[in-house]
Amino acid sequence: MKIHEYQAKELFKQYGIKVPESVLCEKKEDIEQIIKNFSVPCVIKAQVHSGARGKAGGVKIAKDYQNALKYADEILGMELVSSQAGAKKVNKILIEQAVDIDKELYLSLTFDRANEAISLIISSNGGMDIEETAKTSPEKIYTELIKDNFNPLETVKKIGFNDSINGQIINIINSLYTLAKEKDALLVEINPLVVTKQGEVIALDAKINFDDNALFRHDDILALKDEAEENPYELQAQKDGLNYIKLDGTIGCMVNGAGLAMATMDIIRLAGKNAANFLDVGGGASSEKIEKAFKLLISDKNLEAVFINIFGGILRCDFLAQGVKNAIQSLNINIPVIVRMEGTNKQEGADILNHSGLKFTVVNDLNEAIEVIKKI
Amino acid sequence: MSIYINKDTKLIVQGITGKEGSFHAQSCQKYGTKLVGGVTPNKGGQQILGVNVFNTVKEAVKEVNPDASMIFVPARFASNAIIEAAEAGIKLIVCITEGIPVYDMLNAKSTVKSNGARLIGPNCPGLIVPEECKIGIMPSDIHKKGSVGVISRSGTLTYEAVYQLTKLGLGQSACIGIGGDPVIGTSFIDVLEAFEKDEQTQAICMIGEIGGCAEEEAAEFIKNYVTKPVVSFIAGLSAPAGKRMGHAGAIISGEKGTALSKMQALTNAGVTVCKNPALLGDTIKNILNK
Repeated sequence: MKIHEYQAKELFKQYGIKVPESVLCEKKEDIEQIIKNFSVPCVIKAQVHSGARGKAGGVKIAKDYQNALKYADEILGMELVSSQAGAKKVNKILIEQAVDIDKELYLSLTFDRANEAISLIISSNGGMDIEETAKTSPEKIYTELIKDNFNPLETVKKIGFNDSINGQIINIINSLYTLAKEKDALLVEINPLVVTKQGEVIALDAKINFDDNALFRHDDILALKDEAEENPYELQAQKDGLNYIKLDGTIGCMVNGAGLAMATMDIIRLAGKNAANFLDVGGGASSEKIEKAFKLLISDKNLEAVFINIFGGILRCDFLAQGVKNAIQSLNINIPVIVRMEGTNKQEGADILNHSGLKFTVVNDLNEAIEVIKKI
Repeated sequence: MSIYINKDTKLIVQGITGKEGSFHAQSCQKYGTKLVGGVTPNKGGQQILGVNVFNTVKEAVKEVNPDASMIFVPARFASNAIIEAAEAGIKLIVCITEGIPVYDMLNAKSTVKSNGARLIGPNCPGLIVPEECKIGIMPSDIHKKGSVGVISRSGTLTYEAVYQLTKLGLGQSACIGIGGDPVIGTSFIDVLEAFEKDEQTQAICMIGEIGGCAEEEAAEFIKNYVTKPVVSFIAGLSAPAGKRMGHAGAIISGEKGTALSKMQALTNAGVTVCKNPALLGDTIKNILNK
């Protein structure tokens, strides 16, 4: 789960990490009042779940009140198009005090899958161009796995600051580590972490990703979820207990199991089309759940056809068929529905579909499915 | 010889009194697996499926001396169940549970390691040695004894592959689902090593997916140590970056973890990479007939 910068900064404060003074603004009519009571120069920052906000025009520095008002008005409500997250509407802005920057660093703790440990990544070349630094001068980025008796001093020394600044950076690393472990964060990133001309180390940005599987023990984190950031189809799917991701294609698909669902998307691609979604209905889905899943699929107006690919293990094919039949009967569907069922109660499922009076294209295996999809 | 389990393997099930636990324990028992007991805290003394339920794994070990445990405990308690099994001296732990937090798994994995046990999963369908022993949730009747070793990060996609093999008359030496999570107990490499040593196995079918670099590591291992033919399919060629595709581990991060990089690494290691999952069975048949 992702959270906004302003929420991450609140958490940083709780863990003793310095952040600039700031105020959140969600309504156009509040802009003037808030800015009047704030000091300039200040920074206006779009609060959306996306990186590269600066390059997308979502972060602007205002030297005076007039500009602050202008930028705030421009950014709040804008459609922010970034390379990382596509187009997103800006519903909240953060108005933040500007600081005297001497140096911009990059600092993150991230869960490293290959080594199965948290790894510390730090660089003195922080800021907007960290991706560029990673490509052109990777030697300026230092990485260290955090193990027992971890001491970041040696790594921190490499980026070449004095003892006072190093000490502050080490404290921040320790705080981030505590935060990650206590809140089940798989990524905590500060970019830029700045050293001010006054010699203070301050987090100018904050990004935290949490382990979805651990949210059951963090009600405080769960409360930070911003539903406006989620795709409406995906949000509905979560409420129905379905594993659904909206994609750009035109063939809706419904599958049981994540691996088979991905393979089904690949098959659609092999047939010259693209999947409109990823949908795993899970192992023990009931016919009611299948019906909900089918209705969700079909609410996508760009569909050319639906492909149902089920390998019944725990999921019974007759439950699947019943759910699909119910959904189609209650909706007015005029696009082709292709069904491939295998496994538990296959025959019973086929009987339900064949006797429904509805039109299905039943295929026997994946190769046949490819041939049918090609002809759509 | 068989992989990890055989007809004599004695199994207990942690979470045996739950709906899923009892359903699958029964299915394994029907398949011929020697189910010797179950564990559910506070339900010790009961009987289910003709075996005793114990309060702790330790008690079960003392009374029925199992070789393996299959775990169906809910995600929030599952890592403790793994730790309990490892500390009680169980040598093979198969965790079916999906949704265990990453940091919990790191803890559990280190306990498994220090106790010299093997963990399969979590978030996996388990393993089966056809016509001998099943410890998992896969549909029994699609399997057939034979010479193809199947390893996979997925559940239903593995059933698909096995179904194609069996339909073509090709049996399996063992089918092992290693799980779709970022932190898992047994890797592709562990199983590849076991298949390479196993006399019954003549070809290997390896099913990977996007996310992480386990397939790339496996490719390196195959290049250096595996002499048997390997056929592979990688799911997720059409998956977008940055989105978690169902499995907690199936996410492309930046330029890492793409299907293409995995397919490239495997091809370079001499593996036959199948782009169409509908042709997995045929591809393996052709290789075995060469």
